[in-house]
Amino acid sequence: MRTENQKAWFFVLPVLFLVAFNALVPMMTVVNYSVQETFGNNQFFWQGLDWFEQILRSERFQAALGRQFLFTFLILLIEVPLGIIVALSMPRKGFWVPVCLVLMALPMLIPWNVVGSMWNIFTLPKIGLMGYFLNDVLGINYDMTQQPLSAWITVIVMDVWHWTSLVVLLCYAGLVSIPDAYYQAAKIDGASPWSVFRYIQLPKMKTVLTIAVLLRFMDSFNIYTEPFVLTGGGPGNSTTLLSIDLVKIALGQFDLGPAAAMSLIYFAITLLVSWVFYTLMTKDDQK
Amino acid sequence: MRKRSLIPILYIAFLMLPIYWLVAMSFKTTNEILSGFSLFPQTFTLDNYIAIFTDPTWYWGYINSIVYVSLNTVLSVAVALPAAYAFSRYRFLGDKQLFFWLLTNRMAPAAVFALPFFQLYSSINLFDTHIAVALAHTLFNVPLAVWILEGFMRSIPKELDETAYVDGYSFPRFFVKIFLPNIKAGVGVAAFFCFMFSWVEMLLAKTLTAVEAKPIAAVMTRTASSAGYELGLLAAAGTLTIIPGAIVIWFVRNYIARGFAMGRV
Repeated sequence: MRTENQKAWFFVLPVLFLVAFNALVPMMTVVNYSVQETFGNNQFFWQGLDWFEQILRSERFQAALGRQFLFTFLILLIEVPLGIIVALSMPRKGFWVPVCLVLMALPMLIPWNVVGSMWNIFTLPKIGLMGYFLNDVLGINYDMTQQPLSAWITVIVMDVWHWTSLVVLLCYAGLVSIPDAYYQAAKIDGASPWSVFRYIQLPKMKTVLTIAVLLRFMDSFNIYTEPFVLTGGGPGNSTTLLSIDLVKIALGQFDLGPAAAMSLIYFAITLLVSWVFYTLMTKDDQK
Repeated sequence: MRKRSLIPILYIAFLMLPIYWLVAMSFKTTNEILSGFSLFPQTFTLDNYIAIFTDPTWYWGYINSIVYVSLNTVLSVAVALPAAYAFSRYRFLGDKQLFFWLLTNRMAPAAVFALPFFQLYSSINLFDTHIAVALAHTLFNVPLAVWILEGFMRSIPKELDETAYVDGYSFPRFFVKIFLPNIKAGVGVAAFFCFMFSWVEMLLAKTLTAVEAKPIAAVMTRTASSAGYELGLLAAAGTLTIIPGAIVIWFVRNYIARGFAMGRV
């Protein structure tokens, strides 16, 4: 059990200073902008909560938020079950284990803009392997730059390619920590594969699965670079997710007030959902 | 049993296809790329790689990226070690709240911080330096390192600390000589994750640099837009960015699974 000791604060101070410098100063800047109006020349006028109201009511924000939730929902729906299936069918010991793990982790170590460029090259009609295969071999009319549906499918498949391995590795870590004796006991009892999964494997994966869902939620909700490089938010606005829209407003149009208000609303939503996952997770930890 | 291994094989094949395509493209000439589809490079060329290794803007992009990533990794792990020790061993006023607050920074969308970071680091004259990017990346790497290290430290029984004190070890000596060797897997995994997230993050790195510390990503976008359609060059540059990650991951291969679970299995 951990002992009570207030001096432990000294150990935490360096982290506190570093993160506070990086988090609090910019956060205060954002809060500052969100309640003011500026016409340039560093002149600011008090605006109150008008920007927040304007953003929350704007159809553009609501549409981007809707797309964001749809995207996150879809990738969780695909990546979590797929990750579990792959983890369950992986070998537990032997030469192939590290090879599999390294190959699976590889997509996660590629810079995010390169992931976007790679999928761009991969899906180009006539030139890319996938674009060529779909258009010229299967005869499906596929062009990501013209059709919103194709763009959506490509962005989703790209994220599945990029991040499913995270779920696989987490679940696999849970699975290898199950002692052999559990499986032997199940065999003696004549348990079906389903009940082995339901009563032995799934409970052991519960904590890591919560971490996986938490991480995947956070990262997919904040996703920017990959879809931006791949589609630029297009065609039209069809793949403009929240971050892409935010950067458009903040750095493209330089509308600081609305951008700041949007940032805070955005952050608040991420925080709220993550907090729910986090409480679920730490509740498990304490048992 | 044979049937079961089919799933991982298919999955890995799916992962490798786009990577194969990137590598294949990097060995093709621009003519071949634009003239039509070919599964393997017909006229194998190293020109794209030669172009990168002879142009200082290109190779400095790689060096800059590696410099700030290494700085960030060392800094993040160094400050996270004592903090993780405190969280794993002691209860103190506000510990839970502090831990969650740290994690919230991992949840913040980078897009939210792009503009304020630019202003903050400009105002303290650090804009366009490696240290600025390294410091900015600690925002999400320090919380992650604390989280991972805390998970690994928690699995070390407290009796280890107590025995060492009874044996007359001072705290610093105990920490370096006994505790660190016991959690070296955790330190490796934490360093790996800091490296990974600093290496792959591009939005902040691009926002905080202009010329001197320009990361490889910024060089790539410049090529993609200004030099027309040099797909072969872009593919070669992309291929080269995969290599550092592949090397680093090989070192931690035995701890990957547990590392991704943040030591919590």
